[in-house]
Amino acid sequence: MSADRTATRPIDVNTLIGPYPYRYVPHPDPEVLVRVLEREGLRGAWVGHLPSAFWRDPIPGNQALFTALAPWRDTLHPVPTVRPDWPRWEEELRSCVDRGAVAVRAYPPQWGMATHDPNLHGLAAACGEAGIPLVLTVRFEDLRQRGNLDVAGDLDPATVRGVVRSARDARVVVTAAGREFIEFVHWGLTPEERARVWWDISWIWGPPEDHLAHLFRTIGSERFVYGTHWPMRLTQNPRANLDLLPDDLADARLADADEIATPRGVRNQA
Amino acid sequence: MTPARAPLAGPEPLIDVHAHFLHPRTGREDWEAPNAARLRAGERIGITVHVASTLGSWGFTSPTYFPSPRDISVGNDAMLELAAREGGRVKIYAAVNPNDTMHALAEIERCVARGAIGVKLAASRRADDPLLDPICELAGEHGLPILHHIWQHRRREWPAQEASDGLELGRLAARHPRVAFILAHIGGGGDYAHTFQAVKELPNVYLDLSGSGVDRGMLDGALEAVGPGRLLWGCDVTMETGLAKLRALDVIGLEREKMRDVRWRNAARIFPHGSFPMLEQVAA
Repeated sequence: MSADRTATRPIDVNTLIGPYPYRYVPHPDPEVLVRVLEREGLRGAWVGHLPSAFWRDPIPGNQALFTALAPWRDTLHPVPTVRPDWPRWEEELRSCVDRGAVAVRAYPPQWGMATHDPNLHGLAAACGEAGIPLVLTVRFEDLRQRGNLDVAGDLDPATVRGVVRSARDARVVVTAAGREFIEFVHWGLTPEERARVWWDISWIWGPPEDHLAHLFRTIGSERFVYGTHWPMRLTQNPRANLDLLPDDLADARLADADEIATPRGVRNQA
Repeated sequence: MTPARAPLAGPEPLIDVHAHFLHPRTGREDWEAPNAARLRAGERIGITVHVASTLGSWGFTSPTYFPSPRDISVGNDAMLELAAREGGRVKIYAAVNPNDTMHALAEIERCVARGAIGVKLAASRRADDPLLDPICELAGEHGLPILHHIWQHRRREWPAQEASDGLELGRLAARHPRVAFILAHIGGGGDYAHTFQAVKELPNVYLDLSGSGVDRGMLDGALEAVGPGRLLWGCDVTMETGLAKLRALDVIGLEREKMRDVRWRNAARIFPHGSFPMLEQVAA
């Protein structure tokens, strides 16, 4: 990687641990992730619990996540799952924040939520109030290879627009989106709203179509964060994508995950 | 310190067996930009040769996967001109639609006479259809490999293409054992695990690593199923994934000689002798 194209030793905002229900994923374990981060020159990762996306009640998954990451908390930062149509979800959110969550994950398609689900908007507002980002996932796998039981479908761009519009303090990180999805959301928001959305680069195409370069030129590289989608995808991919950016983007810089995870105002007071 | 512009994939030869280019009659005002980007990224990665095709008009005047004879010829002409302009760094497949059998056969002869080194079949007809047999026989006579678009484990029909999966290509390959078949993009989206089982015992089916899919476990599975002697490196429409896969193979610990096989030696073996003159000295 050219060191000037991302923050020095960036944080990977899109990693997960635990098995995937629809196919074998090699060793999705925190001790392996720590080694991968070191090998790839990443200083840490936001880590979610993969099975929680598919469990009806994600609370046991959150406990498993915090327990599994405990030995590596300097490097692996927990991103638990909060399901806002589950009774007493507000208590779970508070508990997650108290236990050191840097962000919260939600999975509207897997929970069968409609595009403008008020519960999801409530979670976005609560995350904004708590000062932590909300992480939404467009997809786990290519649509063409999904198992017959995997019928949830992709996240809808309208859902992201609705979340951002509904909660003025919400900061949203969207993972696994492609160019079209990103443009459908970005250009459908006001400048103030756009400034509260970040995109991980794990699924954006590079050359020859140069979608990543196009998005950097039109939307700005500061709206993007480093993400690999480990353990589902090869960790080498986003770095290869940055390495292949055209020369006019040599100085492009991604947003730093720490800035997103630290509430505005709080960081300066610390 | 590594020189700033050293090839990202290292100095060893590298053949992309699955590349595409556009041309003025594809309906895209910016058609030159992706072509230039492919060559730019190719230089940065260190690609020695792009073996490429164009699928008719890419949907502009006839469907991408069901191209008309006229669009096929226009596309092949554009590729021949590009290859002539780029010297040895671009080589071409003759793209054909087997529904127009006589045109397909004539097109292969015409393009081979002008330097084509392989045949590209997309998704105009199922791979195990008898209509493909005369094309395979002609390819066999010329010693041309056939790159076949594959949809890993197709579960239903799709309107825009008559996509084939590994089992269907396997049936074709079994009927034409002297032809090398390149099964396109195990990383192209789809159930590559299904493909591995479908073709693992067929020695004339080679897997190209191209495609946007970069699933962890996919490369390990491919190596286990067919071994490094039947893997070919390629990009298709995402070159960053190609670079990432090379780096991942390195991390997996593929031995240097086997890496050379995947990077270029397997390709040099299945394409006609003399297809890559710039590599003959290296091979020797």
